[in-house]
Amino acid sequence: MSKFKKKKSGEIPAVNTASLPDIVFMLLFFFMVVTVLRDSQLLVQQKLPKGDQVEKLKKDRSVFIYAGKPGAGYEKFGKEAKIQIGDKFTDVSNIKFALEELRRKLRPELQDKVMVALKVDEETNTGLVTDIKQELRDLNLLKLIYITTPGNQLEN
Amino acid sequence: MARRASPEVNAGSMADIAFLLLIFFLVTTTIEKDKGIARQLPPKIEDTPDVIIKQKNLFIVNVNKHDQLLVEEELMDLKDLRQAAIEFIDNGGAPSGSPEFCNFCKGKRSPESSDNPDKAVISVQNDRLTSYKMYIAVQNELVAAYNFLRDRESERLYGWKYTQMKKAIDEGDITDEKRVESIQEKLQTVQDLIPLKLSEAEPKKSGS
Repeated sequence: MSKFKKKKSGEIPAVNTASLPDIVFMLLFFFMVVTVLRDSQLLVQQKLPKGDQVEKLKKDRSVFIYAGKPGAGYEKFGKEAKIQIGDKFTDVSNIKFALEELRRKLRPELQDKVMVALKVDEETNTGLVTDIKQELRDLNLLKLIYITTPGNQLEN
Repeated sequence: MARRASPEVNAGSMADIAFLLLIFFLVTTTIEKDKGIARQLPPKIEDTPDVIIKQKNLFIVNVNKHDQLLVEEELMDLKDLRQAAIEFIDNGGAPSGSPEFCNFCKGKRSPESSDNPDKAVISVQNDRLTSYKMYIAVQNELVAAYNFLRDRESERLYGWKYTQMKKAIDEGDITDEKRVESIQEKLQTVQDLIPLKLSEAEPKKSGS
């Protein structure tokens, strides 16, 4: 009996923190898995229009085209809407080469199933989008997806 | 119990290191949420045969440069577009007994409007100065009209909603491969029943 009594000291024992690293590592791995490092710097404004009849984008087989007015810090490029592919501004006539370059970076077995994702600012004119679509038809890249943000235009 | 042959490495700073990494990934994370309206462009063919579409099977949506809607030659608000499109596709105007008769349509069966969903074509015409916002809003409403009818038909035939099942398959919620296959077949059936026939005319020059 006296053996047990000895252990009783008046102080509260410290909380065991040995499992803290495990918990933190678990969180760490979660974030490492879901993280996608941004691969291209945005040069254009991107306020996407709203839509709710949407499908999910298959990221491994898509190439992105951005369009919109030059964003904050890039005002020197003017106020007209511009097209961005990869890291730089592209002219309508140059879309072909820029897209071909991007397409070669995809996995070979997916290169025939490429989907073009259009991320266009909502204030852009439809004319520019039409020009892009004409170029895509020339290239025979017929699958495309207009990226939207969740919501509905009627709500506001 | 405590047989200390070799001294243990002090792991006290492990948590700190892990926290540091954690914070880095927390800050750089952008969880992918790209979703959008998918569309198939028509292939480029040099001389396309002229297909004659009857006036009554054509639903013309015009958007001008001030983002105003002209639907079948009448001004319309965006909020009414979905219902108007549903009524047009679902009309089923072909007389019963004819091969084009639509036996599942619940519309008004007006002879002035579309024969059946397979014949019905929606044509959108934009101005070059139409805003992209309006363009997407119109596309969204029209796709919504088709989705509404596909949901209705898949519920009648199979007891589930077309859009919900399609989403479940896209996100990989259904793992049984045989089930996925049979559902995809059913989705195709619904798609054939109500095919998405959206035509886009090349935009006119601004101001015309």
